[in-house]
Amino acid sequence: MMAERVAVVGFGQTKHDACRADVSIAGLIREAADRALEQAGLELADIDAFVIGKAPDMLEGIVMPELWLADALGAAGKPVLRVHTAGSVGGSTAIVAASHVAAGVHDTVLTVGFEKQSDGNAMWALSVPLPFGMPVHAGAGGYFSPHVRSYIDRSGAPPHIGAMVAVKDRTNALRNPHAHLHQPGLTLEAAMQSPMLWDPIRFVETCPSSDGAAALVLTNEKHAQRMSGPKAWVHATAMRSEPTMFAGRDQVSPQAGIDCANEVFRKAGIADPFNEIDVAEIYVPFSWFEPMWLENLGFADRHQGWRLVEDGVTDTGGSLPINPSGGVLSSNPIGASGMLRFGEAARQVMGTAADHQVDGARRALGHAYGGGSQFFAMWVVGSDKPT
Amino acid sequence: MRDIAIVATAQAPSRTATTLTTPELLVPVITDVMARLAPAGVERSDIGFWCHGSCDYLTGQPFSFVAAVDVLGAWPPIIESHVEADGAFALYEAWVKIQTGEVDSAVVFSNGKSTSAPADLVMALQHDPYVEAPLWPTMTATAAMQARACLDAGVVTGAAMADVAVRNRRNAMNNPLALLRGDHTRDELLSSPMIHDPLRSHDCAPITDGANAVVLAAGDLAASWCERPAWIRGIDHRIDTQRMGARDLTVSSSTMIAAERAGVGHGRFDIAELHAPFTHQELLLETALGLDPEVTSINPSGGALCANPQMAAGLARIIEVADRIHDARSDRGLAHATSGPCLQQNLVAVLEGA
Repeated sequence: MMAERVAVVGFGQTKHDACRADVSIAGLIREAADRALEQAGLELADIDAFVIGKAPDMLEGIVMPELWLADALGAAGKPVLRVHTAGSVGGSTAIVAASHVAAGVHDTVLTVGFEKQSDGNAMWALSVPLPFGMPVHAGAGGYFSPHVRSYIDRSGAPPHIGAMVAVKDRTNALRNPHAHLHQPGLTLEAAMQSPMLWDPIRFVETCPSSDGAAALVLTNEKHAQRMSGPKAWVHATAMRSEPTMFAGRDQVSPQAGIDCANEVFRKAGIADPFNEIDVAEIYVPFSWFEPMWLENLGFADRHQGWRLVEDGVTDTGGSLPINPSGGVLSSNPIGASGMLRFGEAARQVMGTAADHQVDGARRALGHAYGGGSQFFAMWVVGSDKPT
Repeated sequence: MRDIAIVATAQAPSRTATTLTTPELLVPVITDVMARLAPAGVERSDIGFWCHGSCDYLTGQPFSFVAAVDVLGAWPPIIESHVEADGAFALYEAWVKIQTGEVDSAVVFSNGKSTSAPADLVMALQHDPYVEAPLWPTMTATAAMQARACLDAGVVTGAAMADVAVRNRRNAMNNPLALLRGDHTRDELLSSPMIHDPLRSHDCAPITDGANAVVLAAGDLAASWCERPAWIRGIDHRIDTQRMGARDLTVSSSTMIAAERAGVGHGRFDIAELHAPFTHQELLLETALGLDPEVTSINPSGGALCANPQMAAGLARIIEVADRIHDARSDRGLAHATSGPCLQQNLVAVLEGA
């Protein structure tokens, strides 16, 4: 059977910040949704169904907040579905929304991802002691730093690579007014002197805690053709999951990520990702994950990802720009972070990325991961309709 | 639209105060549901998609669903997703996924770990965090407000509510998985303790732990995996505003829209399984769905009033209908699942044997 073609016809995001005290959660998601609808030239009344994603409910202290938020989106009388797949949720939520359109179940779907971290205490919410389980109590940085250490040991990457990624992403963020962190004048030298948080991860190499939301309007070909605004066509989507830990699992380059990338590129008709993808927004909450994911995604050979960073290949002027928006390293509203990657990839091929537009971008990858590097969600979007 | 059917089901018994973890609740049902398909030669590697429904807050743990991946034997890596909702909504996501044509089958599963904490209080946190949740409007308190509105409007009576409990508990006598069962009279129940005026103890579902799973398959695959598949002829879900003062609590508008979209009006039903954790809600749903208890057997399993693992009790309704289609006790059944306070969100599915 032939699935419907799916187009992104609107993308909106909030100004991300440490504390958006000026808006409620409802106001936050509406800010992103309104901007996505405005770009699409649509109103809430034109939306057939809503798919909402966010990370654990304990981050804000609301159980299944989509129930309460239905009003903020004018969703009464319509379907609302809530997705939660850990850190990859922003990406998988966009994929579930796209599936509604691809399946022909609904014509036009609005999807929103959000997190208002300032309403709660993420460190508490992620470290609840359990009666039947072994406590980790390490936070995300403590959990992932051994993976980074292992990557450095295996690849022989020099210590300044993590700092180079941080400087690149924070410099990119200066061209993105929505980004949470704007850190003008950050030098490699200063980054290398940044305090060590979880050896080998330094403070400057770590994502912030942000309030923010992202929204996408997705529609089918019939409706998209009647719209005059910019479009990003969804060429392929893919998701993969694997267990958190077991003997022999490669946590540095998980098989789920490799399989997910292989599938998304195969379905998009891409044989050589490095040369056929013009720009990628990938989920890099700690700077070292850029070279790690470059290898996991097949953009670089094993142990060679750091060389692309060192050679400036992933700079905005390089041949494979990574995270021209500043990425997760500059804004991390967790439940929205994956959707921001998917949306920023769409922006690039729509040609609407303003000051961080990559010239001539026609095909882009959006990538998200979550859990203990075990949940992956990816899409490839293009300026042209998929064949 | 592709023809998609439920081809296998499994349910754990409803229990109170288990010390089981999420994986421990799920291992038996995932094992059972796959064993049902063993005669057809189906293995886990044949499954195209996996989708889970659960609620972190009930478990008392962020990312509580992550450990469920261990249960699935997700190696090599699998295509998998999770909804923070009842398993019925996970089934909807899986149904959509199969409709895209990307996969032909799915395992849908859910677990309710409702007894770890005072669930009534925990679910108060579903409300508007700024103006309603600080009042701690518990599940039972808001349902009591709804029941009072229904009594005042004359759409239900205390006697009719008690009759719902009598029938469900009697039906549950044939359901070994249920927690509550028994042969009671209306008068007996009407003298049971008042929990939240006007709700007496028989009007309120118990809080239980439990888990369940189903396998979905499309077209010819469904026919080759199951002798008599339960075909999903229509499925839809809708939401109402949550704000208590902004909607008429004596009707279920979202159920009516979902029912129309699912094709409920296109024929009579042998059975209907309604996800009503409070007696008056079953009566509201009968009206919204246009069901006549003289024609349709309502909640032959005993319903959520007798076994209520939250986040699994909705999928359980679909399973109870599918089971009766599988063994030809029913030809056409209706399944309903709800989420949120006072029947805020409702899913309706029409299942047929042919």
